[in-house]
Amino acid sequence: MKRIVVVGASAAGLAAVETLRREGYDGTLTLVGEESHLPYDRPPLSKQVLAAEWEPDRVALRTPADLAGHDLDLRLGVAATGLDLAAQEVSLSDGAQVPYDGLIIATGVRPRRLPGEGAHVLRTLDDALTLRERLGPGRRLVVVGAGFLGAEAAAVAWRLGAKVTLLEPASVPLSHAVGEQVGQVLAQAHVDHGVNLRTGVSVTEVTDEGVRLGDGEEVEADEVLVAIGSLPNTAWLADSGLSVGDGVVCDEYCEAARNVFAAGDVARWYNPLFGMSMRIEHRTNAAEQGMAAARNLLNSQARKAFAPVPYFWSDQYDMKIQAHGYLRGHDEVAVVEGDLGERRFVAAYRTGDRLAGALAVGMPPKAIRGWRSAIAAGVTWQEAVHGATTV
Amino acid sequence: MKVELDEPKCVASGQCVVAAPDVFDQRDEDGVAILLEEHPGAELVRDVREAVAVCPAAAIRLVEQ
Repeated sequence: MKRIVVVGASAAGLAAVETLRREGYDGTLTLVGEESHLPYDRPPLSKQVLAAEWEPDRVALRTPADLAGHDLDLRLGVAATGLDLAAQEVSLSDGAQVPYDGLIIATGVRPRRLPGEGAHVLRTLDDALTLRERLGPGRRLVVVGAGFLGAEAAAVAWRLGAKVTLLEPASVPLSHAVGEQVGQVLAQAHVDHGVNLRTGVSVTEVTDEGVRLGDGEEVEADEVLVAIGSLPNTAWLADSGLSVGDGVVCDEYCEAARNVFAAGDVARWYNPLFGMSMRIEHRTNAAEQGMAAARNLLNSQARKAFAPVPYFWSDQYDMKIQAHGYLRGHDEVAVVEGDLGERRFVAAYRTGDRLAGALAVGMPPKAIRGWRSAIAAGVTWQEAVHGATTV
Repeated sequence: MKVELDEPKCVASGQCVVAAPDVFDQRDEDGVAILLEEHPGAELVRDVREAVAVCPAAAIRLVEQ
């Protein structure tokens, strides 16, 4: 293998190129990134960057010197526009055609938007810097979508003194992800801090004055942030012949076609630990999957299935939320430590007869690592939560 | 080899402890990483590189001296 192209220069793409070099690959290594920035970290964008606690240079994932040490053919500010599997070539927006022997697709996701102009989204460093210029005491911010991103942004804006309205179509925010009871606990934190949380409302468009709701009501705002989820960046693969359906479809080795792999937010792969296909938009998964894809590309005779326990965290107000495992589609939730009302607890999630996940709020992070091990070991629900109270 | 931990960046995920348990631990109270071995031996370098790679906050650097 003499030419490897990695498309996407964020956490997954960076992990891929670093792993390739670390594992001894010394051929041409092209890293393509649509943004002009060197690889940077996204979780702080809705936390320290939005709060103006960190300046932009603090989110750099590596120093320029560290990157230079990898002898990369670095192409930033350039998007991939097409893939020809037969010719083994990637087309770029600057007109270049880049041939490859191995390809790793890590093009991530983009925010879903609403009809109408003038709303913010929060995906890139530039998005975060633009929004933070507009926040401050007394400013009216409407956040559309009370998922983790919207909730974090609402919490930061509240801390900056903004008047925050949080609009959510579901009756309980995040209930599809964490269950109703835990979702209610997280929702209550917004209410307790004086954020105007309105659930069960759909937003149809962004207007000059704010946003319009499904029933015609207009909610006025100085700034609108739309945080209603993401879409995988797969448009450039439409005519490639790769299987694309809510992400680049891969096997358990993260392989989408011979010597073509995908990693990070854009990858939908079969996770044998859970026996299902999944696409995970977590920061840790991006790095782990970038590494796994790189190793499987280089070691085609000794490939390893990528079978991680997903992990995410979220910081909202004074709460630290941490979760291990795959919570979506769970059948049951049980509080196994602490107390929901005190916002200090561990909740375990059952899918079938297995422990599928655990979510902790306000608990010592070290204490929940045991849950991660139990999920990785595939323990049964009975073993995991013996004696705990079902909610 | 020297390991550098940017403690204020740490998000307490514990990924480093999973990757390199001989080099990292977590504080009991808030989970922030603790560096057990600032100058790990050669036999631990592979684990430390793994920890650098999986840290979701880019809070660990391995400086080759």
